[in-house]
Amino acid sequence: MGLMDFFKKKTPGEIAKDRLKLLLVSDRANCSPEVMEKIKNDIIQVISKYMEIDAEGLDIQITQTESEGNNGIVPALYANIPIKDIKHSNNG
Amino acid sequence: MSEVIVITSGKGGVGKTTTTANVGTGLAQLNKKVVLIDTDIGLRNLDVVMGLENRIVYNLVDVIEGNCRMKQALIKDKRYPNLSLLPSAQTRDKSAVSPEQMVKMIDELRDEFDYILLDCPAGIEQGFKNAIAGADRALVVTTPEVSAIRDADRIIGLLSANDVKRVDLIVNRLRMDMVKRGDMMNINDVTDILAIDLIGAVPDDEQIVISTNQGEPLVGSDCLAGQAYANICHRVLGEEVPFLDLEVKSNVWNKLRDIFKKN
Repeated sequence: MGLMDFFKKKTPGEIAKDRLKLLLVSDRANCSPEVMEKIKNDIIQVISKYMEIDAEGLDIQITQTESEGNNGIVPALYANIPIKDIKHSNNG
Repeated sequence: MSEVIVITSGKGGVGKTTTTANVGTGLAQLNKKVVLIDTDIGLRNLDVVMGLENRIVYNLVDVIEGNCRMKQALIKDKRYPNLSLLPSAQTRDKSAVSPEQMVKMIDELRDEFDYILLDCPAGIEQGFKNAIAGADRALVVTTPEVSAIRDADRIIGLLSANDVKRVDLIVNRLRMDMVKRGDMMNINDVTDILAIDLIGAVPDDEQIVISTNQGEPLVGSDCLAGQAYANICHRVLGEEVPFLDLEVKSNVWNKLRDIFKKN
C-alpha cells in the first residue's frame, strides 16, 4: 500500500477518511486483535491439511470491497496465504 | 406533545455543551418552551456557557433525591421567558442518579415544555446511560477528526441499541479553508462514513469563543456559526432549510476534485 499511496499523493483529508473506514469496519464488527489471531490460527490449521503454507507470512485483515450486488461498499475478510509447497495427494 | 432530545458525542470537547446552549436558546427564540438539563454530574458546564452560574440554588440531584421541588431547581433565563435550565450537581458523581430516575424526572417535565434538551457527558458509562434513557431523539455532535468520528460511530450504535428512534448528525468546527486544501475531511466524507442524516454543519468560528466567554449563546446572531445554529433549530422543528453557503463551496470543490481524480 505504502508506495502506491506515495505516488497518488493522497491529501490528509483523504487519508483520514480511508483510515476511518478501515477502523470502523473492525469497530463495528467487534473484531478484536485476539479474535483475528484465532481466525488466523484456524485458517493455518485447515489449509495446512492440504498444502504447506508459510504461517509467518500469512496476513489476514478486514477490509472493504465493492459489492457485486447493489450494496455498495461491504466489509470483506482478506487473506494472503503464501504457499510453500503443494503436497502430493499421496495420502488421499 | 413534547420532544426529549439528547445531545451527545462520545468524545469530549467537540461542542456538546455549546450545541445544547445554542440549539436550546434558538428553539426558545422560535417561541418554543424549552428546558435544558445538564446531565454531567460532577462536571457541570452548561450553566457557565449559558451565563446562569450565579443563579443556581438547587440542582438535578436535589430534585431526584426530593430535597426540593422541580420548580425550585429550574432557573428561568431572564433573556428568554420560554427558556429554563436545570443545572447539574458539581459535588456529586454519576452514580447519584439512575436511568430510571432520569426517565421519571423527564416525564414530569413533558407536560410543561415543548423541548427537553439533555446535555450528555463525554464517555459511554453511567452518565451517558442516564442521559439517553429518557430521550426520544439524539443529536450526535462530531468534528471532522478521526478520533471524534470513531467515537461518534460507537455512540450511534449504542443509541440504536437503546431504541433512540431518531438520530441526526451535527458536524462541528469545520475549517473550510482546510477542507478546500484537502487537509480536512469535508461534510460529505463525514456523513458517508457515519451514514446518518445531517441536521447541521457549524463552521469553526472565533465568535463561539467570545460568546462562551460572555455566557451568551450566539444563535441567530450575524456570524456563520450563529446562522448555522439557527438553521439547526428550524430543522429540529421539521422545516426544510438549505445548508449554508460554506457547504455549497465545499461540494463544488469536491465534485471538481472527483472529476480530476477519475481521469
